[in-house]
Amino acid sequence: MSRLRIGIDVGGTNTDAVVVDQDGNVLASTKAVTTPDPSDGIAAALKAVIEGIDKSHIKQAMLGTTHPANAIIQRKDLQQVGVLRLAAPSSLAIRPGAAWPKDLHATVIGPSAIIKGGYEYDGSEISPLDEQAVRDFAQKCKGVVNAIAVSCAFAPANYEQELRAGTIIAEELGEDYAVSLSHQVGAIGLLERENATILNASLFGVAKRVVDGFQGALLSHGLKVDSYLTQNDGTLMTAEEAIRLPILTVGSGPTNSMRGACALAKLSDALVIDVGGTSADVGILIDGFPRESSAAVEVGGVRTNFRMPDLISIGLGGGTIVRDEDGGVRVGPDSVGYRVVTEALITGGSTLTLSDISTKGDRLTGFGDASKVAGVKDATVAGALAWVDEQIQILCDRMKASRTSLPLIAVGGGSHLVPDDIPGVAGVIRPAHHSVANAFGAAIAEASGAVDRVYRYEAEGRDACLDDAKRLATEAAIRAGADADQVRITSVVEVPMSYLPGQGCRVQVKAAGPLATH
Amino acid sequence: MRELNLADLDDMALGATLLGAGGGGDPYIGRLMAVQAMETYGAVQIVEPSELDPDGLVVTVAGIGAPTVLIEKPPAGPEFVGAALALAKYLGKEPVAIMPIEVGGLNTLIPLAAAAEMGLPVIDADSMRRAFPQIEMTTFTLAGITASPMSMVDINGNVVIISTTTNQVAEKLARALMIEMGMGAGMSLYSMSVAEVAKYGIQGSMSYCVDLGRKLSAVQRGERGAFDKFLDFAEGKRVFSGKIIDLDRRTTAGFARGTVVIEHLEDPTRIMRIEIQNEFLMAFEDGKPIITTPDLICILDHENAGPITTETLAFGQRVDVVGLPCAPEWHQPGMLELVGPRVFGYDAEYRSIKGRNA
Repeated sequence: MSRLRIGIDVGGTNTDAVVVDQDGNVLASTKAVTTPDPSDGIAAALKAVIEGIDKSHIKQAMLGTTHPANAIIQRKDLQQVGVLRLAAPSSLAIRPGAAWPKDLHATVIGPSAIIKGGYEYDGSEISPLDEQAVRDFAQKCKGVVNAIAVSCAFAPANYEQELRAGTIIAEELGEDYAVSLSHQVGAIGLLERENATILNASLFGVAKRVVDGFQGALLSHGLKVDSYLTQNDGTLMTAEEAIRLPILTVGSGPTNSMRGACALAKLSDALVIDVGGTSADVGILIDGFPRESSAAVEVGGVRTNFRMPDLISIGLGGGTIVRDEDGGVRVGPDSVGYRVVTEALITGGSTLTLSDISTKGDRLTGFGDASKVAGVKDATVAGALAWVDEQIQILCDRMKASRTSLPLIAVGGGSHLVPDDIPGVAGVIRPAHHSVANAFGAAIAEASGAVDRVYRYEAEGRDACLDDAKRLATEAAIRAGADADQVRITSVVEVPMSYLPGQGCRVQVKAAGPLATH
Repeated sequence: MRELNLADLDDMALGATLLGAGGGGDPYIGRLMAVQAMETYGAVQIVEPSELDPDGLVVTVAGIGAPTVLIEKPPAGPEFVGAALALAKYLGKEPVAIMPIEVGGLNTLIPLAAAAEMGLPVIDADSMRRAFPQIEMTTFTLAGITASPMSMVDINGNVVIISTTTNQVAEKLARALMIEMGMGAGMSLYSMSVAEVAKYGIQGSMSYCVDLGRKLSAVQRGERGAFDKFLDFAEGKRVFSGKIIDLDRRTTAGFARGTVVIEHLEDPTRIMRIEIQNEFLMAFEDGKPIITTPDLICILDHENAGPITTETLAFGQRVDVVGLPCAPEWHQPGMLELVGPRVFGYDAEYRSIKGRNA
């Protein structure tokens, strides 16, 4: 019998769950409403999805969740954090927490200090670590805050000082005192990495409750399985790691949706459109992973250096309102949203929506009462559908990186609106189980490792440097649980550094592979 | 005289990113420094040369370094004030104002932080009104003003004063020193009188930067007609809208060089090629130069009008290419020999973007 996995996704509206076998077949799926305490929704979805499944075959459970993201956005359940930066005299011109929204700053940022320490780009010290200053800062935090975020200049190139500072804090405040070290959290960019490290430390309490709730729900069904959470890049970390690095989960929702859609369609390169009640998002997958946006990502108004999927959104969904006026047919941008189930004509309401147009136009069947749209004029339907088709074509065209035509995978409750023929698109695919693409994306997630550091090509040669980065990323992926025989390099980005001697180059490499079946 | 407020700084940072023409370092760090300095020491006044004693000493403040190192090792602060004070001390005269040399990129906002701490006004002028990769590429060089004596100060407080024969040599020595100073240093150079600023500087460049940023931020907010107003203000042109289909970046002799190829959104047979040397310097369509240095090439995100820099370029980005004319003060004898296409190794004539149809 096959080894089974459970995937659960907690979104803003729905909590979805699937059971998947090792060949990626969906054996069971369920969709429940997200509850005020999301743990209740997780428990309910889990109970429903494993009904009738032989539990002894379930080996792993994966959770994708918006808890941490919501905690930051709503400034809820965040704990206050001490902020220690190892960089002085460098960076003294910019205090920790500069440019944070005032309310979040007041909630999260406690005592802070910039002390002597840090590294140059080549890994040598700006200044030796001022160990006494670390001790003094730890004492200042004692009884005031319950976690400390430590960041260090060029920690991605050398993190000895961060580790040492962590040890000193443990000596002063005990082994159990919560510490977040920047090299574990973010990539190059000291201020952005520090921001992410502070947010990470402030989420420790939230993360602990999520993981306890998830593991408690599994145990209550007698499931003694390995449990994982999905990260922003669509790969996994263990639940234990997630307690230490919750910030790495804040963008996992769209990633899971896109990866899930692609895997359901059994493709690794495709465009994905997710049409909901209010909006449609288009993204692109290359080698099974979403293309990432290049812009700095803000989380709750704070600048970080995370990379998130590159998505384009427009107001086009099943609930989008259609008006036929003197000037012609006008679609949106307003929508009845999730109330489409009561307000659309076909569901007994009085608002003409794109779902009604889709029904009259024979794209949507088996939903609501088609007789209710008998009175809608054919010209209105034609006008609205022409607008829909044009918008979707533009979205796909804007997302494509080249003229090569790619298939389009259509998912989401409003995906009936997507036409079968789109110029420049190699066919529209509507995979089965597309309504639980998010949970499926979590269930099929892989383990990964990443490296982001500065190399000097002149000394070692470009090839040797790239090989080193690839080796480090591969090792990190295997440490994270990937099968050593199946790990592959999923992305290599080189950014040459201007004015830097020795052909300095920033190299970012990612590796990923399916979980080892130990 | 007028006081700069925090909202001005946001607009100035956006304008400075645009005037960076793809390079010049991210003004974000400069904005944070300016905010911290203004919160600590008080607001900064922007003045016209006519408001000051014509014989008063003006010192410039700038950072020199590798932008990619700067994002890991942000400035300490005292290296900039230190550079200004060291040069003033060497000259034996008290400065009456601070001036930027490069309104474009990070060096637009660093002088504000120094001015706040020193309690001096900032003169509404500079010598580039865009970013350029080298110290000698200024209107001051055209006027025969020497960059030296110049001071450089590192984050540990080491001070160097150099005197050079030409501004080109000043560039070479400063670049070598900067490496030994930990890839980043504060510097002060092109000291001159208020009267000389009025005669040889690019006038009003700080105000221009704030206004330009304000116009662009209206575009980003999606205000009706904002893009046209932005172009009208800068006398600029949108010459191309397309998608990045090829990107090649490399470091040669310490400078980030590269080529970006953009395919037109509507007509895939139209291809634009942009050449990079720290900044975007040349834009060609079908082998024909469309925007040429010293005019500015700005690449904006097609979706949100955010300026894209050489370091944030990515394959598949949808972009608008906008040409802005360089400051009118550049148009004088010697311009092409100092900052024209051939200086950067391009076998092409300068063609002003101004007064041409897009």
